[in-house]
Amino acid sequence: MTIKTDQIGGWEYSPALETTQIAIEPKNKLFINGKFVSPKSRSWFSTTNPSTQEKIADIASAGRADINTAVLAAKKALPKWSKLAGSVRAKYLYRIARRIQERSRELAILETMDGGKPIKESRDVDLPLAAQHFFYYAGWADKLEYAFPGVEAKPVGVCAQIIPWNFPLLMAAWKLAPALACGNTCVLKPAETTSLTALRLAEILQEVGLPPGVVNIVTGAGDTGHHLVQHKSVQKVAFTGSTEVGKLLLRQTAGSGKKLTLELGGKSANIIFADAAIDQAVEGIVSGIYFNQGHVCCAGSRLFVEESILDEVVQKLSYRLKSLRVGDPLDKNTDLGAINSKAQLETIERYIRQGTSEGAQLHEVDTNPLPANGYWCNPCFFTDVQPSHTIAREEIFGPVLSVMTFRTPKEAIARANNSPYGLAAGIWTDKGSKIFEIAKQLDAGVIWCNSYNKFDAASPFGGFKESGFGREGGLQGLRPYVNFFNKSGRKM
Amino acid sequence: MSRLTVSKTYKLYIDGQFARTESGRSLAIENQFGEVEAHICHASRKDLREAVDAATGAFSSWSGITGYLRGQILYRLAEMLEGRREEFAAAIQITQSVTIAVARKEVDAAVDRLVCFAGWTDKLQQVIGCANPVAGSYYNFTVPQAQGVVVIVAPSKPSLLGLVSLIGAPLSAGNTVIALGSDQHPMATAIFGEVCQTSDVPPGVINLLTGPHKELVPHVATHRQVASVYCANPSKKMRVILEEGASENMKRTHCISIDDDTWYNNHEVASPWQIEPFVEMKTIWHPSAC
Repeated sequence: MTIKTDQIGGWEYSPALETTQIAIEPKNKLFINGKFVSPKSRSWFSTTNPSTQEKIADIASAGRADINTAVLAAKKALPKWSKLAGSVRAKYLYRIARRIQERSRELAILETMDGGKPIKESRDVDLPLAAQHFFYYAGWADKLEYAFPGVEAKPVGVCAQIIPWNFPLLMAAWKLAPALACGNTCVLKPAETTSLTALRLAEILQEVGLPPGVVNIVTGAGDTGHHLVQHKSVQKVAFTGSTEVGKLLLRQTAGSGKKLTLELGGKSANIIFADAAIDQAVEGIVSGIYFNQGHVCCAGSRLFVEESILDEVVQKLSYRLKSLRVGDPLDKNTDLGAINSKAQLETIERYIRQGTSEGAQLHEVDTNPLPANGYWCNPCFFTDVQPSHTIAREEIFGPVLSVMTFRTPKEAIARANNSPYGLAAGIWTDKGSKIFEIAKQLDAGVIWCNSYNKFDAASPFGGFKESGFGREGGLQGLRPYVNFFNKSGRKM
Repeated sequence: MSRLTVSKTYKLYIDGQFARTESGRSLAIENQFGEVEAHICHASRKDLREAVDAATGAFSSWSGITGYLRGQILYRLAEMLEGRREEFAAAIQITQSVTIAVARKEVDAAVDRLVCFAGWTDKLQQVIGCANPVAGSYYNFTVPQAQGVVVIVAPSKPSLLGLVSLIGAPLSAGNTVIALGSDQHPMATAIFGEVCQTSDVPPGVINLLTGPHKELVPHVATHRQVASVYCANPSKKMRVILEEGASENMKRTHCISIDDDTWYNNHEVASPWQIEPFVEMKTIWHPSAC
């Protein structure tokens, strides 16, 4: 059964479109050894705007030979870059941060066009955080000797970095900034549906005079990533994406000695106690699951509500849902933009059908006049969800929330931890001692108390269990990009 | 006429109990003259599974007690080991074919190693955790948390010092362990069970198995309840088995290569960076406002 709700009061908004025009090359080449080069593979693929289904541009598809050139460029650049004084590496990173800030409007628009996320999020979240990451890690480059007591931290070498489509430029920043600060060189592969901002970042790298080969950006799909990970001169693999691919990478690199960090999927719990500030908690639910159309690995996709306040929370959430605006991502009023791709939309729709067919009750707002073209999904949630339901166990990666209940803190902890994932969790209560005890007992790498989906360059991010290993951000985010040596120079 | 000695068959140590292997198999331990000194159990996959169950059951209380208490218990373990110095020295001398002086040096280092790890229990968090200066009105901090059940694959030698060094790191952080004792020289592992049982280490926190590694390691690698594996000096083949199997449940695999002398250096095997692979860093955000 489906419960449908009307939009609040029929408020009309005038469109507030971001109209700045961005020039985009019709053919976007690979960035190798400091230059944009045509792919030796002679193969190209097109990238489309998911909100219009219109083609934006062609992107080079890097083949094995292209990957080889890129990795060798990174290898060649390594000795000089890793021996450069930390204070000099720092200045390159500061320059990159500054240029990102200065070109942030252009980058935000491009991000929204290529990926479908609302302009207010690319503008206010992705871009400021991307710049902050470079700014933060710039400062570490000449301070590494203070980061890890008792050992000498040295760069790992050539890093293969594969990033997802949900925060394209931000993920590039998460990967590149700590790697470069520690003296590594990189080959970065953006996701195939969102390559444009990474290539614009390549322009910035040229602008700031980053030495050729220190960062190489190769575009393409899964095969491109596969060739990159397999290359024998790659010493470190950093991947953000699905748990399925993460497991494959673990098997592919087994016994190779390649250092690996994986930031994978999640099915994070958001727990609301009866003694929470309910209105604030409802805002936390909304930012937990509907931020970036739910295309967030740490999305609070399992909501656990203390049984006594279930009706109140459901009622308030339904009301709040009515005020969320789905539509043109370039409109500054838009809360939920387009789903990133047709394939992802089909996945989300399949999960919604499965939720209904397995017996859960769907609540949705369907009065948003959705554009005729593009990939769209209205925000929704399910009640009457059992822990065994598919929608309560598997990562949907869309604006779909499963609401469940609990009676005691012990039950909330047990149910929240009952998942192979362990990326994030939210806890809502006004009782300080309770919040810290629950935080202690949850198996998750990031715990948001009375908040959700907060990010900062100084704050480590990463998961427990099948959500992967290694941290990105903060002091701990340096660790994956260094090897330790003892005082006599022996590798530990 | 010389007295006929009573030669012992050492049992496995699982959940605080001495158990014979369910497989009914045993292996002879010979001295350097080829004479049988004792027998040990040849542990099976089922023994491993029982040990994992025991370690899983013991995890929440061992990781939940204070670092101060965990430190006192590990120090007590060191005290009990100190009390049996001569027994271990004799076992090491016989099985590793070394002089009694070398054997005693290994036992002394093992006792000191446990004392070192006992001291880390309530300090690790201060060294590898931190408060993070985020750009917003939040109190944000990162703290280590134990991972769960850790399986140790001990080096062939030093058979006692290697074992103690590998179990000490995950134990100090609050993990529970199952050790596959030295492949070549399992006697010290077998006797160590008696140290554990007479110390205050709760049942299930330390479990000890003896027998060929190549039989048990593939099962360790794919066991879904095992959170991580700590392996010293693995062969290339064993490393591939462990890392491929790890994909089953995203097990953390930590392999180290260490030569015989390095085992004696606390800085190399008992620094916070040897404990760090067995913790997860948890970051907690809380708004700050009034």
